[in-house]
Amino acid sequence: MKNKLSRNIYFIPYVLWIALFVIAPILLILYYSFFDIEGNPSLINYQKFFTPVYLKMTISSFWYAFLITGISLLVAYPTAFLLTKTKHKQLWLLLIIVPSWINLLLKAYAFIGIFGTYGVANGFLEAMGIGKQQILFTDFSFIFVSVYIFIPFMILPIFNALDEMNPTLLDAANDLGASRWMTFRRVIFPLTIDGVKTGCQVVFIPALSLFMLTRLIAGNRVITLGTAIEQHFLVTQDWGMGSTIAVFLIIIMFLIMFVTGNRKQGV
Amino acid sequence: MKKLVQMFLVISLVSALLLYAISRLNSSQGFTSSNTLTIYNWGDYIDTELIDRFEEETGIKVIYETFDSNEAMMTKIEQGGTTYDIAIPSEYMIDKMRQEDLLVPLDHSKLPNLKNIDERFIDLPFDPENKYSVPYFWGTVGIVYNSKMLGGKVITAWADLWDKDLKNEILLTDGAREVMGMGLNSLNYSLNDTDDEHLQEAKSKLDALTPNIKAIVGDESRMLLEAQEAAIGLVWSGVASEIMAENEDLEYVVPKEGSNLWFDNMVIPKTTKNVEAAHQFINFMLDPEVAAQNADYVSYSTPNKEALKYMPEEVVKDERFYPSPELTEKLEVYENLGKKNLARYNELFLEFKMHRK
Repeated sequence: MKNKLSRNIYFIPYVLWIALFVIAPILLILYYSFFDIEGNPSLINYQKFFTPVYLKMTISSFWYAFLITGISLLVAYPTAFLLTKTKHKQLWLLLIIVPSWINLLLKAYAFIGIFGTYGVANGFLEAMGIGKQQILFTDFSFIFVSVYIFIPFMILPIFNALDEMNPTLLDAANDLGASRWMTFRRVIFPLTIDGVKTGCQVVFIPALSLFMLTRLIAGNRVITLGTAIEQHFLVTQDWGMGSTIAVFLIIIMFLIMFVTGNRKQGV
Repeated sequence: MKKLVQMFLVISLVSALLLYAISRLNSSQGFTSSNTLTIYNWGDYIDTELIDRFEEETGIKVIYETFDSNEAMMTKIEQGGTTYDIAIPSEYMIDKMRQEDLLVPLDHSKLPNLKNIDERFIDLPFDPENKYSVPYFWGTVGIVYNSKMLGGKVITAWADLWDKDLKNEILLTDGAREVMGMGLNSLNYSLNDTDDEHLQEAKSKLDALTPNIKAIVGDESRMLLEAQEAAIGLVWSGVASEIMAENEDLEYVVPKEGSNLWFDNMVIPKTTKNVEAAHQFINFMLDPEVAAQNADYVSYSTPNKEALKYMPEEVVKDERFYPSPELTEKLEVYENLGKKNLARYNELFLEFKMHRK
């Protein structure tokens, strides 16, 4: 009896937290999404979302988030694999994590300098004889900087998964005559799939609603759903439309979590 | 677990000590919560030396916060979380805030320095008799361009920007009214136009400009233009004047089709807790010498007639930044178009931003 009581007491902070900071905001967003710009209840925002403007925006957000996640994964997996093989792996890991402690804006401003017409990157291209290119305010710079920012979050879970893997399994695969590719495909990858899924989630979801970088690095040439939400809340003061986009983002995120979710396999 | 608890205790202790130190520091300087003034202003829009001087002269502690759009400012004041005592919005926003009852009327008897303001800037339509606001700075929207980078080309009109030679050379500012206004003006429509056909037309016209646009940015445009990242920028006059001081090749022009004339005024929002100090601050900023120093730092045009005497003649006589009344007559002031029209402007602006070359 006493045990049950104390367990309930421990439960209070959790319940309060979830109710105040998770459930209440989502309900508020849902509530606001049913009001038009004049404050009258209506469904116009949902109608508006299915016009070409917002559908195009949704598709382009998806496309960029997909590219960012894909490239991050391509870079992160081999890196994480290499890291587990190094001697001082904790140190190397730390070096990769350290940049994520630096403020995002600061990093963005640094990249404006690096990618600028007279920046280091163009200086290098010129020295190579390729000549000046426009790097800043292009899709390339946007994806590059986003990948740079998100990559620690992709490396970490994959690294952990690889690190926890029992090395004797590899020996076993080897003994049983599996080629290296076969070992990777049938043993290593399936064992680290959870890490990959987690990594993809923590990169894809924030990448869908990036907004500061779209202006600083992409010069508003890339418009994501995040940009639109920011504009509706701060400039237009159309909270209803902003909330509606947010509702769709939440739905999309739940879907992604569901699809990539870590269903405990019995195998 | 023990380590965690220890760490938690240490952090709490350090935070408590720091809090105590701050309150001691504040009280030793004579600052108490009833003696502070919170100012809400545009970024980099005041000489901070003047804030220090105001604190010294009056013993009032100033808390200074910044915003980057009129709309963002109003949203924050509407929510009322922070007790702002002074805000510096633009004219159409003052009109809107006045209508929504977000402003405290000024007591003119506490503002003897108001007499220093040029009559040109008093009693304007957005605030009759200056019941709620006092002029801070004014200026125009125009084009700043680097004639050297453009090989000596001269720009005089909005239409010049659509030139095919200017590929990837233009930086626009991330503001719906400014950019849509440019589109409307280039078609010889009013920049307060709300006719949907005209707006559509302006948007298609802007779409055609896309190949020439390098980026649509915020306050960074100052830095980017200075670094010669682009040759042309759509800017406010003060930004132009500031970067022109750094680079002789830059030139500023108010396009001949017409453009925007704006006023930023000081107001006391409803969130205030210290009306007395707010009046003191407004009166302080109206002092000719103070206004001159501020204008010199911010490089926008001051409406303070007496302050002009303290400023270098070549600045005051410069028609690009102190246009005569005959010139400003041709320019338009933004009107408060209402939420619905503003939303339309923003929607079209968003569509324009999504348009790819």
